[in-house]
Amino acid sequence: MYETIYHRPTSLADAAALFAKAGDATYLAGGHTLIPVMKQRLAAPSDVIDLGRIKDLIGIEVTGDALIIKAATTYYDITQSAEAKRAIPAIVHLTTVLGDPAVRYRGTIGGSLANNDPAADYPAAVLALDATITTNTREIKAADFFQGLMSTALQPGEIITAVSFPIPAKAAYSKMRHPASRFALTAVFVAKTKSGEVRVAATGASSSGVMRVPAIEQALTANWSASALDGITVSSDGLMEDIHGSAAYRANLIKVMAQRAVADAG
Amino acid sequence: MSTIKMTVNGKSVSAEVEDRTLLVNLLRDTLNLTGTHVGCDTSQCGACIVHIDGKAVKSCTVLVGQANGANITTIEGIARGDELHPMQAAFRDNHGLQCGYCTPGMIMSAIDIVNRHHGDLDEQTVRHELEGNICRCTGYHNIVKSVLDAAGRMKVAQAAE
Ligand SMILES: Cc1cc2nc3c(=O)[nH]c(=O)nc-3n(C[C@H](O)[C@H](O)[C@H](O)COP(=O)(O)OP(=O)(O)OC[C@H]3O[C@@H](n4cnc5c(N)ncnc54)[C@H](O)[C@@H]3O)c2cc1C
Ligand code: FES
Ligand code: FES
Repeated sequence: MYETIYHRPTSLADAAALFAKAGDATYLAGGHTLIPVMKQRLAAPSDVIDLGRIKDLIGIEVTGDALIIKAATTYYDITQSAEAKRAIPAIVHLTTVLGDPAVRYRGTIGGSLANNDPAADYPAAVLALDATITTNTREIKAADFFQGLMSTALQPGEIITAVSFPIPAKAAYSKMRHPASRFALTAVFVAKTKSGEVRVAATGASSSGVMRVPAIEQALTANWSASALDGITVSSDGLMEDIHGSAAYRANLIKVMAQRAVADAG
Repeated sequence: MSTIKMTVNGKSVSAEVEDRTLLVNLLRDTLNLTGTHVGCDTSQCGACIVHIDGKAVKSCTVLVGQANGANITTIEGIARGDELHPMQAAFRDNHGLQCGYCTPGMIMSAIDIVNRHHGDLDEQTVRHELEGNICRCTGYHNIVKSVLDAAGRMKVAQAAE
C-alpha cells in the first residue's frame, strides 16, 4: 500500500470539507473493498476519510412505508435489526448470505452501493425494490444510480447518507454463492410492490452490473408463481462468461434463482 | 505518522506508526504479538482474525486508525495464565489443528461464534459460520468438533461464574 493520510471526521460536513481540501481523497467505510484494492496498489488515495464514526450515517428506521438504512450501518447491524426483519425480511436474508461473519462486522451498505461490484448483493435489492439513495446533496432513484460496471451516479466527493426501501407486498432473494469468494455467481431479488408492480433484478450475471429481467417480470405479473417461469428462456446476451460459468449457465441460473425466490416469497 | 493508542489484551499500548499500517502489522511487527498470522493478505482466509471490541474481524483489512482507541484481544490474550481458554483446550483435545497456521484465527472466530449463539450450536451452523476461515490441513471435521465441544465447555464455564 502506498502512503496515505487517515482522517476520522465525526460529522458529514467535516468529511466533505476534508475531501474538498485534499488532493486525491477517498472515503472509507467498512474498508472491505477499499483496503484490499489499496494493498494491490490499484488505488493510491492521498487521503483516506473514514465515514465509519459519523453518527448521522448509522442506524435503521421505519418511517411510513419505507425501511431506511443509513449508509455506514454495517451488515452485522442489519442482520440484528428487529425493525428491518419486520419491514423487509428479504433484505435481512440477503445480508446473512453476504460474505462471511468477519466481513459482515465491517462492511456497510453505503460502501457496497458506492462500489457497485457486478456480483454484489445490495444492488439487486435496491433495483428490485425501486429504492431511493440519498446523498449529502440529493436523492437518486435506483434506476439512475447504477451506471454499469463499478460505476454509479455519484459525483466526486458526494457521500451516500441513506437508502430508503419502499416496503413491498412480497419480496425474496435467492443467491447461488460462489463457494470460494461467496459473491453471487448469480442471484435474483424478486419483489411485488404494494400497488402490484412486479420488479425482478439479477446480480452476478451481467458484465455491466445489476440488471432487471423483463421476461421474468412479465411472466410473474401474469401469474406470481414459480411454475409461471417454467417455459421462460432468459437471453444470455451481455451476460458474464468466465471460468466459473458460461453466459448460458448464468442465463439459466437467473430463471432458477427467480423461481426459488418466488417460492420463498410466497 | 500518527500516534495510535489502544488496549491490547488488557494492556494500554501506544505506538507511532504510518497511517497506512494495517492492524495486523502493528500487532505483529510493533507489539511482537506474532500469534496472529497473515495467511492470504487479501481478506479471504481469516488467519489474521482478532477481536476488536469483542467482534471477530480480519486484522489484515483494518487500518490502525480505524482501531484507534479500541479494545483488541488476540490469541495471546485469551488463556488465563497457564490455563487454556476452553476453545484452545477443545482444539487440543479434538485434534483440531495440524500445522496450526490457521488456528489462531479459527479460535478467535470460534469464540465469537459461540458468544453470538450463546453456546447453542449445531454442526451446520458452525460450518456456515466458519466460512471466513480457511484451513489447508484438517479438512475441517475436527475443527467443527472442537468448536461444538468448546461451546459446551463455555456454557458450563459461564454457568459456573
Ligand atoms: C472475503 C470477502 C467476501 C465478500 N463477499 C461479498 C458478497 O458475498 N457480496 C457482496 O455484495 N459483497 C461482498 N464483499 C464486499 C463487501 O461487501 C464490501 O464490504 C463492500 O463491497 C464495500 O463496503 P465497505 O463498507 O467495506 O466499503 P469500503 O471498502 O470502505 O469502500 C468501498 C468504496 O465505496 C466508497 N464509499 C464507502 N462508503 C461511501 C459512502 N457512504 N458514500 C460514498 N462513497 C462511499 C469508498 O470511497 C470506496 O470507493 C466481500 C468482501 C470480502 C473481503
Ligand atoms: S490474512 Fe487476513 S484474511 Fe487472510
Ligand atoms: S491446521 Fe494447517 S491450515 Fe489449518
